[in-house]
Amino acid sequence: MAELQRTRAAGAGAAGRVVVYALLVAFALYYLMPLFVMVTTSLKTLDDIRAGNLLALPGQVTFDAWSRAWSGACTGVRCEGLRVNFWNSVSFVLPAVLISTLIGAFNGYVLTMWRFRGSDVMFTMLLLGCFIPFQVVLLPMAQTLGYLGIANSIAGLVFVHVVYGLAFTTLFFRNFYVSLPDGMVKAARVDGAGFFTIFWRIILPISPPIIVVCVIWQFTQIWNDFLFGVVFSSGERQPITVALNNLVNTSTGVKEYNVDMAAAIIAGLPTLLVYVVAGKYFMRGLTAGAVKG
Amino acid sequence: MSSLVVRNVRKVFGPVEVLRDIDLEVGSGEFVILVGPSGCGKSTLLNIIAGLDTATAGEILIDGRLVNHLSPKDRDIAMVFQSYALYPNMTVRENISFGLRMRRVPREEQARTVERVAKILQMEHLLDRKPSQLSGGQRQRVAMGRAIARNPRLFLFDEPLSNLDAKLRVEMRLEIKQLHERLKATIVYVTHDQIEAMTLGTRIAVMQGGEIRQFGPPQEIYDRPADLFVASFIGSPSMNFIRTTIVAQGAGIAAAMKDAQGDFTMPLEGFDALLRPRIGREVVLGIRPEHIVDTATARTGEAARFNRRFPVDLVEPTGPDTLVFASINGKPVCCRVHPDQACAAGQSMELQFNVSKAVFFDPETEKRLA
Repeated sequence: MAELQRTRAAGAGAAGRVVVYALLVAFALYYLMPLFVMVTTSLKTLDDIRAGNLLALPGQVTFDAWSRAWSGACTGVRCEGLRVNFWNSVSFVLPAVLISTLIGAFNGYVLTMWRFRGSDVMFTMLLLGCFIPFQVVLLPMAQTLGYLGIANSIAGLVFVHVVYGLAFTTLFFRNFYVSLPDGMVKAARVDGAGFFTIFWRIILPISPPIIVVCVIWQFTQIWNDFLFGVVFSSGERQPITVALNNLVNTSTGVKEYNVDMAAAIIAGLPTLLVYVVAGKYFMRGLTAGAVKG
Repeated sequence: MSSLVVRNVRKVFGPVEVLRDIDLEVGSGEFVILVGPSGCGKSTLLNIIAGLDTATAGEILIDGRLVNHLSPKDRDIAMVFQSYALYPNMTVRENISFGLRMRRVPREEQARTVERVAKILQMEHLLDRKPSQLSGGQRQRVAMGRAIARNPRLFLFDEPLSNLDAKLRVEMRLEIKQLHERLKATIVYVTHDQIEAMTLGTRIAVMQGGEIRQFGPPQEIYDRPADLFVASFIGSPSMNFIRTTIVAQGAGIAAAMKDAQGDFTMPLEGFDALLRPRIGREVVLGIRPEHIVDTATARTGEAARFNRRFPVDLVEPTGPDTLVFASINGKPVCCRVHPDQACAAGQSMELQFNVSKAVFFDPETEKRLA
């Protein structure tokens, strides 16, 4: 009897497992479908696209659409592809990510290890910054950029993203540092290290888990940003997201779906790359503060 | 000369007075313990001595030099923390030499110092490990090594053993004591553990409510506590307090007592001068459990003794001794008897009070009568 029950239970377990896996596979396929369509369409010729259906494999694999998207497709009046805008994005995303991360680390360090009168109020106010929608700051920011003389420039975009990102990066680092024993900084002070020495020699070297989290977050946010890009830059200085939009919406001539798809993939590749490279540290960093080591 | 002088130090956080008029003098080579319950201000006082916190008023002198306005690094001190506070990104060697590097000590001297310290603490084989690869006891040893390396005028310990398990704590306690004897260092050591205080200190400052209640050698604090708080805080199990009225008995005096069997008096031989003025008034009689014993273990001598049979309410074996609880004047009184002599709960046994060891407190001021 007991034997029978066990086999029955085992049978039910196996059946359940099949259902679970079937569901997982179905969901995976569902989410991979758009990527599949994008990749295959980008490799097809226009004739192929018109003749075949959406899910069909390309009759003849060609990278023409990719090279057009990179250096030939029209984004508005210019027909130079996304190349220029891609490097535009790289040139302001990297400094913006690095600067906002560094300042966030510094803020977090001060707010946890060198508490001063009103530091908690300060932190709360910074936190509020996380909840301010992009649209609200557009006009004042445009004015500020004008005053500073960096409107419509790469420096301007770096500035905007650093300021907007500070609230998040500070939050990340502050919460990470709160979990560190505070004796460490005291010990370093008694050992003779100063404010900056402690930051560079002790605090930063133990921060990689949270730096990874912060970099991934900031990179994704800033690379994918469209609104600030479209408002605070124009023409050749526009980031890739804005150029992609222009490319897809250019209404002269034939709609080149294969080029659109290739361009969209190009625009998304860097963030994908960051996740693949740093992804495994991401979860580790997010949970690092939660578990006391 | 005094290594450390704390003069009239006050600390106020908003409306809260954390330290009030602290005076403390620590001689060279002394091992002074600041002990008290949590929130008594002992850690704040240590931080003020270290320069990690500032005093609202008062002066701190280290080796005769006023250090109030010096930062921690210029006070020539070293500190060991409860959380070990090792730098996780550095090896043991780098941890120990960090303070020397910060002070631009020549490289060869750094290396020599690290070797010397590692030898003292027997951790030569650990020098290239990271703190995460060490056990709790080893980490604490590194933290001490870091302090020793600097050869400071004053060592400050902030509850260094609280994070260790009971067995390791006893081992490290012994090591710290040996270290003190070898280095002849001046140490100020904060703990809430009264056993650590008794075993380690050459002198103990018992703190409560931002004040030093008593400052003296361990045995003096144990035998002649200044007030009810000190008496109850030091010693485990803690001292028995019996509220009693002093009465005249023949030519001498006695304490009026009552138990389940009725009223009796305990003659207070030898306290005549002290207590005669208080005849008819209430006092608190304090007597430690080891001074109420069974008659078989009791030593006879000229010291004043008092024997009586008491009904026992509760029995607690601890191994070397058994604690029995009798009820006197409505309160349980703990007595330390030999395990073989202890009776069962509910029975009665003859107990002997070593009355000469008793101390008396004023119930109003809570100070010891002396």
